[in-house]
Amino acid sequence: MTRHTLSVLVENKFGVLARIAGLFSARGYNIASLAVSETMDPAISCMTIVVEVAEEKILEQIKKQLNKLIDVVTVTDFTKKEHVNRELLLVKINYSSKDKARLESLLNKYLGKVVQRKDDTAIVEVVGEQQQIKQLLDALNGFGIKELVRTGKIAMA
Amino acid sequence: MKLSGAQILLESLKREGVEVMFGYPGGQVLPIFDKIYDSDIKFILPRHEQAAAHAADGYARATGRVGVCLATSGPGATNLTTGIANAYMDSIPMVAITGQVKSNLIGNDAFQEADVTGITRPITKHNYLVKDVRELARIIREAFYIASTGRPGPVLIDIPSDIQLQETEFIWPESVEMRSYKPTYFGHPGQIKKAVKLISDSKKPLLYIGGGVILSGAALEIKELAEKLQAPVTWTLMGIGGFPATHKLALGMLGMHGTAYANHAIMDADVIIAIGARFDDRVTGRLDAFAPGARVIHIDIDPASISKNIKVDVPIVGDVKNIVGEMLEQIRKVPETSGWLKAVDALKKKYPLKYSKDGEHIKPQYVVEQIDEATGGEAIITTEVGQNQMWAAQWYKYTHPRTFISSGGLGTMGFGFPAAMGVKVGCPDKAVFDIAGDGSIQMNIQELATCVCNKINVKVAILNNGYLGMVRQWQELFYKRRYSHTCISGPDFVKLAESYGAVGIRVSKKEEVRPAIEKALSINNTVFIDFRVEPEENVFPMVPAGEAINRMIEGLA
Repeated sequence: MTRHTLSVLVENKFGVLARIAGLFSARGYNIASLAVSETMDPAISCMTIVVEVAEEKILEQIKKQLNKLIDVVTVTDFTKKEHVNRELLLVKINYSSKDKARLESLLNKYLGKVVQRKDDTAIVEVVGEQQQIKQLLDALNGFGIKELVRTGKIAMA
Repeated sequence: MKLSGAQILLESLKREGVEVMFGYPGGQVLPIFDKIYDSDIKFILPRHEQAAAHAADGYARATGRVGVCLATSGPGATNLTTGIANAYMDSIPMVAITGQVKSNLIGNDAFQEADVTGITRPITKHNYLVKDVRELARIIREAFYIASTGRPGPVLIDIPSDIQLQETEFIWPESVEMRSYKPTYFGHPGQIKKAVKLISDSKKPLLYIGGGVILSGAALEIKELAEKLQAPVTWTLMGIGGFPATHKLALGMLGMHGTAYANHAIMDADVIIAIGARFDDRVTGRLDAFAPGARVIHIDIDPASISKNIKVDVPIVGDVKNIVGEMLEQIRKVPETSGWLKAVDALKKKYPLKYSKDGEHIKPQYVVEQIDEATGGEAIITTEVGQNQMWAAQWYKYTHPRTFISSGGLGTMGFGFPAAMGVKVGCPDKAVFDIAGDGSIQMNIQELATCVCNKINVKVAILNNGYLGMVRQWQELFYKRRYSHTCISGPDFVKLAESYGAVGIRVSKKEEVRPAIEKALSINNTVFIDFRVEPEENVFPMVPAGEAINRMIEGLA
């Protein structure tokens, strides 16, 4: 299985997300992550979809089928394009002041920061590529992760 | 001018040139029906919403115009869905209009509420839930545009009943501008050049045509191309009529129940020119064994159809008529095909389409042949689904597009009779025959009332074998003749037809077949002919599911 990032510009109308999700489920395609937001033009939304496919042919079908949807304006495949991609992570870890130095050095390395402290927990925010986020999560495991949430990947060429 | 939503709907339909609608009233379309009462658009009331959708579909297939059907919310709309899915699979232009519960009740599980845009999302080309009456005219305009352009298909408009009553200024959009929908009509010049070169250099070219040829109106171009190249032509079920079956280059239908010579020929071809066809599994058989030696040119308006099933060497996206026309202009060097045509003729002689004429029973194939002769091949034939459909495809000689009306992709039993109604309404001067089975005719038999009441004069040839024949055939061949629930009884079709005010004729002997058909044609009423045919006759040749298409069961020595 390989992962591919597609950026899909769609009409910002109700039901569009259902059309896209329905297309994937009806044809048995896998969505690994999905991020949706408005663009500069409020009539258009951008969906960044990370898909997992077993062969190139399926990726081609996904792109063609997406393009067939009336509400889809453009489909951009970042697979063979130089591009920047980022994901935002919020993670709640066990934390007490004696961990301060250890956490700070870790966050310096990954450009993360503590955005909330409460009782014996801290919420850490970090933006990065998926690989970096994975590495940071591995490191944070040492503190004990209580909860985490990720946005899914967004990308730009 | 201020109009209500219902008035806007009817005014818009009129401006779209709609001459007939097929629909059924109900609680959430009362405002629309109140305006239909005063409208001059012809309205046909079937006895089931499914039949409304099939009739609109049949009308569209026969005339090339957009078919329109209408139903109320909830069950009315869900009854349409089989017909909508049917049109979707075969790329038929249709606009389906449904009533919806009042806007403020949507999502409340109100009486007769169903999420119709949700339900029909995967079976429509596009659909709309109207939330503001000011958008209605634009939506209708877009719906007809989307339904009838590019790769056609059904579009559904769901209109809450309060929107039907609200008034607004009626503004008809003169044109449709959609940034996200721009079908490609003209082929890429570079690709066309490549295709022309490949064809010129070929030795054994073959045309494989599908429903796209009919939809695009490209039959003349296809004939010209075949004759120019002296290349044989085979077609899919949906491509029937796209090339005259009586032409010397005609190979008939290919695939699971295609002619053996078509299946052998496509396996031997060196260049396949696929035109408006999609390499469906019923055509290709086992994919990795399909036409291994051939280079493939694929012309289709839908890019998603290209390289979906088989690898294509030269894809050309666009309208078939334009592209074939362009190719005709560019082909200077035609391939030398006399050897190839000889080989194809030898295949035709070696593997003719045939059936055994022995036995006391009427052969269903014979009935179809007789309908062909009696109508001079000039009738419009609709079919149900199963053996009747395959025999209708094999044994009637179609020479014009839009004369074979059949549920191809979805395979919907119960399609043929209501479709025939729609065909007859669209083509009143044509003889219209539904070639049916005794199983499938019972799926929409209530439409006898519609036919009689509206004087829609169609003929139904029931090939009555007492079985759900195609499934029985599979059970015979692959399930050790364990006929699980495929033996089916029916009513007395003659009396049933008579009770509706139609005419019924029973035919049990071979010599009665032709006179019964002649008689039916002479009667200005709907006629059911109950042909008592050979109960266990099979459709041959047959490619078992998952086999290579040249590995056919012939059936006869």
